[in-house]
Amino acid sequence: MENIGALSILLAFCLAVYAVIGSVIGKIKKNPFLVISGERATYCVWILLTTASGLLIYSLLTGDFRLGYVASHTDQTMPAIYKFTAWWGGQEGSLLLWAWLLSTYSAIVVFTNRHKFRDMMPWVTAVLMTTETFFLILIAFVLTPFGILEAGRGNIVEGMGRGLNPLLQYWTMIIHPPMLYLGYVGFTVPFAFAMGSLITKQPGEAWIHTTRRWTIVTWLFQSTGILLGQGWAYAVLGWGGYWAWDPVENASLLPWITATAFLHSVMMQEKKGMMKVWNMVLVSGTFFLCIFGTFLTRSGVVSSVHAFAQSPIGKYFVWFLAIGIAATLALILDRTKYLKSEARLESVVSRESSFMFNNLILLASCFAVLWGTLFPVISEAVTGEKISVDAPFFNRINVPIAFGLLLLTGVGPLIAWRRSSVESLRRSFFWPSIAALVLMVVLAVFGVYEHPYALVSFGLCMFVAATIFAEFYKGASAISVKSKVGLIPAAVELTHRNTRRYGGYLVHMGIVFMFIGYTGTAFNQDTTKEVAPGGSFQLGHYNLKVTNMLQGENDNYTWQRLTIDASRGSTSIGTLEPERRFYKASQQPTSEVAIRRRLNEDLYLNFAGVSTDNQRAVVQAYVFPLVSWIWIGFWVLAMGTLVCLIPSKVRLSYARTQVLGMAEKHAKVTS
Amino acid sequence: MKTYAKFGAIVLVVVGVLAWLALGGVSESKTYYKTISEVQKMGDQAHVKRLRVDGYVVPGSIVRNGAQVSFIMHQDPAKRGQDAMRLKVVYSGIDPLPDTFKDDAQAMADGKLGTDGVFQASKIQAKCASKYEAKPQLKTDATRAGM
Repeated sequence: MENIGALSILLAFCLAVYAVIGSVIGKIKKNPFLVISGERATYCVWILLTTASGLLIYSLLTGDFRLGYVASHTDQTMPAIYKFTAWWGGQEGSLLLWAWLLSTYSAIVVFTNRHKFRDMMPWVTAVLMTTETFFLILIAFVLTPFGILEAGRGNIVEGMGRGLNPLLQYWTMIIHPPMLYLGYVGFTVPFAFAMGSLITKQPGEAWIHTTRRWTIVTWLFQSTGILLGQGWAYAVLGWGGYWAWDPVENASLLPWITATAFLHSVMMQEKKGMMKVWNMVLVSGTFFLCIFGTFLTRSGVVSSVHAFAQSPIGKYFVWFLAIGIAATLALILDRTKYLKSEARLESVVSRESSFMFNNLILLASCFAVLWGTLFPVISEAVTGEKISVDAPFFNRINVPIAFGLLLLTGVGPLIAWRRSSVESLRRSFFWPSIAALVLMVVLAVFGVYEHPYALVSFGLCMFVAATIFAEFYKGASAISVKSKVGLIPAAVELTHRNTRRYGGYLVHMGIVFMFIGYTGTAFNQDTTKEVAPGGSFQLGHYNLKVTNMLQGENDNYTWQRLTIDASRGSTSIGTLEPERRFYKASQQPTSEVAIRRRLNEDLYLNFAGVSTDNQRAVVQAYVFPLVSWIWIGFWVLAMGTLVCLIPSKVRLSYARTQVLGMAEKHAKVTS
Repeated sequence: MKTYAKFGAIVLVVVGVLAWLALGGVSESKTYYKTISEVQKMGDQAHVKRLRVDGYVVPGSIVRNGAQVSFIMHQDPAKRGQDAMRLKVVYSGIDPLPDTFKDDAQAMADGKLGTDGVFQASKIQAKCASKYEAKPQLKTDATRAGM
């Protein structure tokens, strides 16, 4: 069986190489049969990798402990769902998942475009399959998922498996990695189209239009992946945080930042024909950052809490990145004359310039995060001393950047194209500014002035929320008057008429909610207490009484549980049961925190351990204000993104007024 | 061209401010990676700079005393006898110790060396060899099997 799996991967590798060569030669020699054979090879790669993945999953589920991968990542007592998730629980399997997802995407792209873009498609196939080949080299020759243990050959007794890291046995962890991968891998597609478009010197923005949905969907996957990671860190790791600027987290954030910048700057190209080179740079940058992220999390280059697997694949990634980036840069530089901007910036106070500032600070943030993440590597190379920077560095630079972005989120969509008059600025921003100022004054009076950052953040959130609300209100009331419907059906109709614009506003609203949640950290409270059953302690306005300490065991782990009665003043608000587990297979303890989630604040209890004399429990209690808004914000963001994907009822034509203007000017000069 | 000059000026200001913030951030949070034997040889410098030291937790050395935890870290578990590779660490930070922190775990202590030679850690990280791979030893078994 493992032989069939290994053979499938090997064959997939050969076919991927063939698809690249067939497509390119077919295109150059103008031989349509070769091109089509290249496309069919792409389908075959998918079939073969699906077979290999299926076999690996079957081995994981049935517990074929002869296989090194199965034995290292599962054990007999694990629930079936976690046996399944062990597919991406380890290096080899997750690389297989990467390759399989990419082959799936490639097959979909080839199939849906089989009658379109005949000129560009062979190159798109070639780029997709080159990336595929790279990952197949890794799993076919370097880290094969179907390696057999000594025990598997009958030389020593078979084990029962070592189990999946218990910290990963949690529901968000079931979907967090595949979501991130769907996002990471998905960016190969817009990149492939961009390259195809460059190589064939396509005029116009065909590649942007076709990949718009891909970009949005993969962006949503990335956002979901990152947010699930935050949710997991918050609920599982027991310190109550959701972001630590750890290299692995940063690796997932970097392509998200450039993807966000890309989503915004393509609008400039669609509407004004500007920033064409820049968009090429962004889409390539995002793709390479996705690969770079995969590299960073797997090669052990930078040490991290997540403790990467040390493995020999680092150098392969370095080569792939170096060659890929050099080739892409050379191609873009060679084709700059096909990427001339069709319009010029007319005023600093204009939609165009707000897009540029949005890109500027997103990129600055990306650069700062990258710099901070690689600081140990850079400093070692330059000074010979390995120096790292941590959270204060990242916060110091990213908090002001975030404020700038939030401000632009409010300003950008309302400001006029080309140039804005003072009058129109006043009309758009007078009430939102007043709302923000009033909120800030009220909050300051209630004591928030001690946290100036939080005050600014809430003010900006109010400002953006007010501008978004005003936009919906303005449009909806016009429709409601005209077609005599209520405001809410009018708002739905409004959104349906231009889903991109109003969906975008919803995404912005989601971001505002998330910022409200992030700002809550300024008001966190915590305490650590050693208490015997029967004892109690105080945190903020909560009174916490430990009533019981229980223990027990099941197949997978042994556990100890505390029962804690929480009350506020004299009213009881329920019982929380934080737990500690000790997983047998992996010999590792974990803590299962108890969280009372509310909109205004979370009460978060962690059973941190037992005192040396075994009589008292060490309890860490936290109050996290507004945390729930992060998760609410995510749902709003996801909904907004989905709205963007619904086709608009009214077809929009992108009239390039500015281009025409230039042409007229040009005509006048010559006549 | 005036528009571009204005735009450029704003870009410069933004980038300048961010660079200034970044520099401040670096000097505020930079931490030197050192091995235990390097720390022992650093002399007075070790008491001034913020350090991050890697090592293995000596079995049985973890002592909890209220919120304070002390333990002994050793650079190389194979040469446990050598004192130059030992470091006593005291942790009294607020964050809970990670679940992976136990005897023989690979730990990373972040803090400053006290004048008494005890390392005052403000942060402790501990790892099994991988987030994903609970037992790395099996890997080597597998590679050995392949040979």
